Amino acid sequence: MLGIETSCDETAAAVVDDGFVVRSSVVSSQVDLHARYGGVVPEIASRAHAELLTPVVAEALVEAGVEDGDIDAVAATYGPGLVGALLVGVSTAKALALVWDVPFVAVNHLEAHLYATLLDDPSLELPVVVLLVSGGHTMVVEMTGHGRYRVLGSTVDDAAGEAFDKVARYLGLGYPGGPAIDRLAMHGDPTAIAFPRAMLEEGYDFSFSGLKTAVVNHVRRHPDVATADVAASFQAAVVDVLVHKLRRAAAEVGAKGMCLGGGVAANSLLRERFLDACTTDGRRGFLPSRAMCTDNAAMVAAAGWWRLRADGPSPLDTGAVPGLGLPVTAR
Amino acid sequence: MITARTTTVDDTRALAAAVAELAQPGDIVLLAGELGAGKTAFVQGFGRALGVTDRITSPTFTIAQEYTGRLRLHHLDVYRLDHLGETLDIGLPEIVDEGAVVVIEWGDVVVPALPADFCEIRLTFGDGDDDRLIELRPVGRRWSARARALADALAPWVDR
Repeated sequence: MLGIETSCDETAAAVVDDGFVVRSSVVSSQVDLHARYGGVVPEIASRAHAELLTPVVAEALVEAGVEDGDIDAVAATYGPGLVGALLVGVSTAKALALVWDVPFVAVNHLEAHLYATLLDDPSLELPVVVLLVSGGHTMVVEMTGHGRYRVLGSTVDDAAGEAFDKVARYLGLGYPGGPAIDRLAMHGDPTAIAFPRAMLEEGYDFSFSGLKTAVVNHVRRHPDVATADVAASFQAAVVDVLVHKLRRAAAEVGAKGMCLGGGVAANSLLRERFLDACTTDGRRGFLPSRAMCTDNAAMVAAAGWWRLRADGPSPLDTGAVPGLGLPVTAR
Repeated sequence: MITARTTTVDDTRALAAAVAELAQPGDIVLLAGELGAGKTAFVQGFGRALGVTDRITSPTFTIAQEYTGRLRLHHLDVYRLDHLGETLDIGLPEIVDEGAVVVIEWGDVVVPALPADFCEIRLTFGDGDDDRLIELRPVGRRWSARARALADALAPWVDR
């Protein structure tokens, strides 16, 4: 299975066997292109994907040691994401599928993040509760089977990764904000400022807008505050809420394990606290490597493999769906 | 220009709802204000009053989101767009012509791409952590015609 991912600012292609054996995974980041804008710029992203995708696919095929005839199916992310960016991947995947006369599989980016967990540890015991945290999404999902999900909660305003990006930009730390805050927080005191932990005991929804405002208010009132302390205290507040809700959700549904996915899952403090929580609660922890947390195409190929087995090929008139949600099934 | 004051996030949402009561298809509202000033909260109150029942979240990641209520609502966040060409790229001219209400966060950058007919709303921090100063300025015929009604609707937040 060849997977293609172009939903945001990473151009990626990967070859994966049987849903979890990664033979190659090539990611070409556009971070440098977007850094001076403090975030992804759609038009720049689309153009960069169009330029980068062909060489990235070629590299993935060569690295995996496959000839054209060895690919059984081509999967691509069709949403959610930026429409122009998604279209580059979807049309390329369809073209390759037509040329090679193999099935095309349209993959949901959120589902792909869930499957990133399987790439490092295919021995998944269900049900599991997954915390999916990225620049565009923050949700707690119960996975009861392949392709069977229930969204337990999601953000009511900003995504966690978006809060990281915006606070980093406000603090003058540059883009992407997650790694910048992660690094600086190592030198700060996480207890220096008592930032709010919103909606901690209320359901599984999240709110990070008030926290963002609290950071702005604190810096306005204390212009001399150590930026490292702000970064560390902000990060601690976000991670506290994320881990607390994940643990409560896992306890409520009686999950066998807990998983972490999405770009924010690369955050050092979140990874550390997640593993601690798994140990304390006696649940298996599924923590993808940092490379599998951020956008990549191996997870797209993995999710595509399961989708192809469950639903068969996707129609070739499948278009990009920028606002696509996770397919939810009744319990 | 109308200068109003709110004291909580919910108060900002209530003020936004009062503005929404006057909204008509084809309206454009530009929202300016620094990080944390309450722009998304404003759109939440505004959308609720338009009968939007879906959750209104920050559109920063997707740039544009569409909701359906009594009127359709387009919620745009052009935070990351620096150039006029990019506002055209996201289909702004088509969105504005559709006869829905369009609310654009961080609107200044898109002004050259818009018809000179919109309500500009600027949110700034007040004295207390949750106090906000909200300035509303009708630009062009559509909103100027409703300036009196807007002043009446916002009177509870002006006489503070």
